[in-house]
Amino acid sequence: MRKRSLVLVLAAAMVLVLAATSLADVTIEYWQYYYESKVQLIDELIKEFEAQNPGIKVKHITFPYDTFNEQVAAAVAAGQGPDVLNIFYGWLPTYLKEGFLQPLPEEYFPVEEIEERFIPMVSAVKVDGKYWALPTAVRSLALFYNVDHFAEEGFTEPPKTWDELLEMAIKLTRRTDRGALIRQGYGWNVTGQDWHLFREVLLRQWGVKPLSDDNRTVTMNSGPAAYEVLQWWTDWSKKYGVGEEEGRGLYRDSFIAGRASMIVDGSFGIGTISANPNLNWAVAELPVKEIGGEKANFGSFWAHAITRNAQGEKLEAAAKFLQFITSDDVQRIWLERVGELPASRQLAQDSELAQDPVYGPFVRGLEYAHATFFVDEQVERELIVEAVDKILLLDAPVKETLDKLVEDLQKVRDEYFNSLE
Amino acid sequence: MAALNGRQRRALRQIILYLCLTIGAVAMIFPLLWMFSTSLKTPWEIYDVNILPKQVQFDNYRHLMTNTGFLRWLWVSSVVVMSTTISVLIFDSLVGYTLAKLEFRFKNVIFLAILATLMVPTEMLVIPWYIMSVDLGLRDTYLGIMFPGLITAFGIFLMKQFYEGVPNDLLDAARIDGLNELGVYALIALPQVKPALSALVIFNFLGNWNAFLWPLIVAQSPHMRTIPVGISFFSNEVTTAWHLIMTASSCAIIPVLIVFVIFQKHIIKGVQLSGLKG
Amino acid sequence: MVGGIFPPNRLRRENMLKRGKQFTLRQQQEIWAFAFLAIPLLFFAFIRFYPALYAFNISLRSWSMLSPDRPFVGLQNYRDMFQDEVFWKALKNTFTYTLLGVPLQLVIGLGIALMLHNVKRLVPLFRALYFVPYITSVVAVAWVWRFMYQPHIGILNRFLMDLGFEQIQFLRNPDTALYSILAMIVWHGVGFQIVLFLAGLEMIPDMYYEAAQIDGADSRQVFFRITLPLLNPTIVFVVVMSSIRFLQVFSEVMNMSNEGLGGPLNSTISTVLHIYRTAFHRFDMGRASAMTVFLFAIVLVITVIQMKLVTRKIEY
Repeated sequence: MRKRSLVLVLAAAMVLVLAATSLADVTIEYWQYYYESKVQLIDELIKEFEAQNPGIKVKHITFPYDTFNEQVAAAVAAGQGPDVLNIFYGWLPTYLKEGFLQPLPEEYFPVEEIEERFIPMVSAVKVDGKYWALPTAVRSLALFYNVDHFAEEGFTEPPKTWDELLEMAIKLTRRTDRGALIRQGYGWNVTGQDWHLFREVLLRQWGVKPLSDDNRTVTMNSGPAAYEVLQWWTDWSKKYGVGEEEGRGLYRDSFIAGRASMIVDGSFGIGTISANPNLNWAVAELPVKEIGGEKANFGSFWAHAITRNAQGEKLEAAAKFLQFITSDDVQRIWLERVGELPASRQLAQDSELAQDPVYGPFVRGLEYAHATFFVDEQVERELIVEAVDKILLLDAPVKETLDKLVEDLQKVRDEYFNSLE
Repeated sequence: MAALNGRQRRALRQIILYLCLTIGAVAMIFPLLWMFSTSLKTPWEIYDVNILPKQVQFDNYRHLMTNTGFLRWLWVSSVVVMSTTISVLIFDSLVGYTLAKLEFRFKNVIFLAILATLMVPTEMLVIPWYIMSVDLGLRDTYLGIMFPGLITAFGIFLMKQFYEGVPNDLLDAARIDGLNELGVYALIALPQVKPALSALVIFNFLGNWNAFLWPLIVAQSPHMRTIPVGISFFSNEVTTAWHLIMTASSCAIIPVLIVFVIFQKHIIKGVQLSGLKG
Repeated sequence: MVGGIFPPNRLRRENMLKRGKQFTLRQQQEIWAFAFLAIPLLFFAFIRFYPALYAFNISLRSWSMLSPDRPFVGLQNYRDMFQDEVFWKALKNTFTYTLLGVPLQLVIGLGIALMLHNVKRLVPLFRALYFVPYITSVVAVAWVWRFMYQPHIGILNRFLMDLGFEQIQFLRNPDTALYSILAMIVWHGVGFQIVLFLAGLEMIPDMYYEAAQIDGADSRQVFFRITLPLLNPTIVFVVVMSSIRFLQVFSEVMNMSNEGLGGPLNSTISTVLHIYRTAFHRFDMGRASAMTVFLFAIVLVITVIQMKLVTRKIEY
């Protein structure tokens, strides 16, 4: 009799101890879209983090990029969802407007520290004086070109100005006698990176700022130069025929297949482009309007944000995790394994990196890159794509189309800022 | 001019038929041949204008089988599809028969209500289904993936139409002989509609095999992915691995094709009407 | 010929005899019917009716999917919906897809099924070849078709240029994009019709054809007087199902249009695609639900009309 009750007491004690220790375990969920090298690296980093922080467990959930919104929406509707979400910075304002995110806790992420440590571009996720997310890595744009094609035409240097680029593109373009475009001199597109090129690079270099300093007003048509630039840029495809919009990502596929001689692409394209062993390619900094003129670039990043699901202990755990994955050490490994540029000032200004033949042009581009403050990147993108399509497909007049586009974009922006107040 | 005699006319007719069918078949198959040949190309060859690869290489297939979860996706898809097919064969057929051959009040209303379930696109049902699944703990389970497909209005409608072609006298004769309704259904009516059952198996298999949105939402963990969900992971922000998508899609056809080949024989065999004097 | 062996009077007499018993034959049948229907109806109530009502409820509320608030706003979503020009464009496109696609698939499907029914050799092979497109995933198929449609290097345009014609911007031209996608949808779905029509044709007892032959009917009479009427239940099914599917066309348009936007310039967008984008890209669940309700009503009305018009009772 006594033995049995002793066993029972011991068993109960064990259960209690186990319960107590597992209660001490805080589990947070980290969500990101599936990208093989990122996912593998994060899995390893999580192990390291958990070892350094006993009592915190991180559950890593991934899903396909194309259904990002669907996954998050369904989870939120069912009261589930991540504690830390890796989100494109341009979607952040929409998510935070609905109250889904919370600002980074001041104790762990003081604003001055952030602004000291990270490159200025990161201020794109600063809303209402608070930071809502932090990136591990950032991206910028550069000009990829096919060295073999250049050699055919006797080109030894990449173009330094846009005029030069257009001239070279015209010479590089190849058509059949029937007029079929079999090689684009320049992989022109609007659904790829070129809509960023137009907004943040061309317009700026021509003296037109796309947004006001407080980000509330769309100023893309604030000067006659704006219409000139839009006309000229769309003419590359329409009038000079150096390239044609083919669909998402196809500008890069064409370049990889040797069917386009030059493209403007982000640093995220390096991995895919370098996979083709038969392609002889190189990278150069983006051209300018005239030698010595203003340089401009578009930077973007995926950042880790904390959602409203993380409260109390979970919030603490999430903050610690965030600190860990945005540390300089992790950024260095990230560059090696994933190939994305570091977000910290110190690392980005590393002189070795700036001389690297592949990463150099991108890192140097970071110095003068702007990350557009989108209020809803997807909506704004669709509006711009539609406007450019009208010009290309319906021969719509450039001035009216740009004015209407700015009107539509302004409406979206006004709606957003009004709903915040 | 000598007119063709009956035999020659029939032969000519057959030749024309075969010709038309062949041309049609080529048009049907051509895009799929392209898909298959793409799976034999290297990733940067896939936009080449030539249909045939420069050099046939099976690396894509090797990569698919060894480096991705394809075999697991195949398993999950198979379990889901076979379970729903059995369920559908039981329930859809029974309900279809009931609506076609039994008399009862509200029959038309019930039929319309069932049909109406086809008119709300699944995309909009996904959210309430997900909330239900979370509450019932069905996330990441086979049941969670398959429950919307266990009984389908499509199958009920199909079976109802085919049951209508079964002569009532056959059923009445059985009733007179003392068989109860279940017996009439199972022993008399059911064997009459084998072609329809075969069609039902094929379509149900197919519908569940290619279902995407719901299996994606309800099964988050990598080991519960179905084939379409797995394939969607080949696409990310930067690039889409079309060569792998073509490879996986080519493989995914095979099980369905096998099921089709097996069951289409039953569609050929046709109906033996027994017990009816004519 | 094949006629009622037992005249109806006999059954009525039996009924009267059994009236003394607890249930009439008719009532017995009813009990059996509801017994058979119990589980399925419960299932539908839970899995389909309730979520549909949920969606209808949401249509009267303003709900961004990322927020927990769902305030009641009455008919506001419906009013916004009627003002949305993309909504009307999507509706118009959807009707175009349906009005062209359903008859096309029907005629092609029936035609091929009849041809297959009348040849003897290689039938299983042909059957498989015609069915395989329907089996293949839309994602893969859409990629191949997009590639075939591509200007300059796509096979269709190279063919046109070789013949001396101008290229056609199949998917980039707002005037041709919808029809280009429609061609792919018809191609993809015709295997469905063929299998069903074959099943229907196989179920027509040979004795009808034999009798017709004895009576000396020619093939035209056989087709219109025997085949077509006896095929009626299959035709009803095919017409109703393919109408419902075309009215809800979604994944083909999403995979064939650039970025799934239903472009260029909304020339190919369908109602369900618009609903989907409104729900999952604008996160505006209220508006998406309102459109769902509207579409539901349209499909319901069309289906009821079709069933009344097309159904003919089979008489022996």
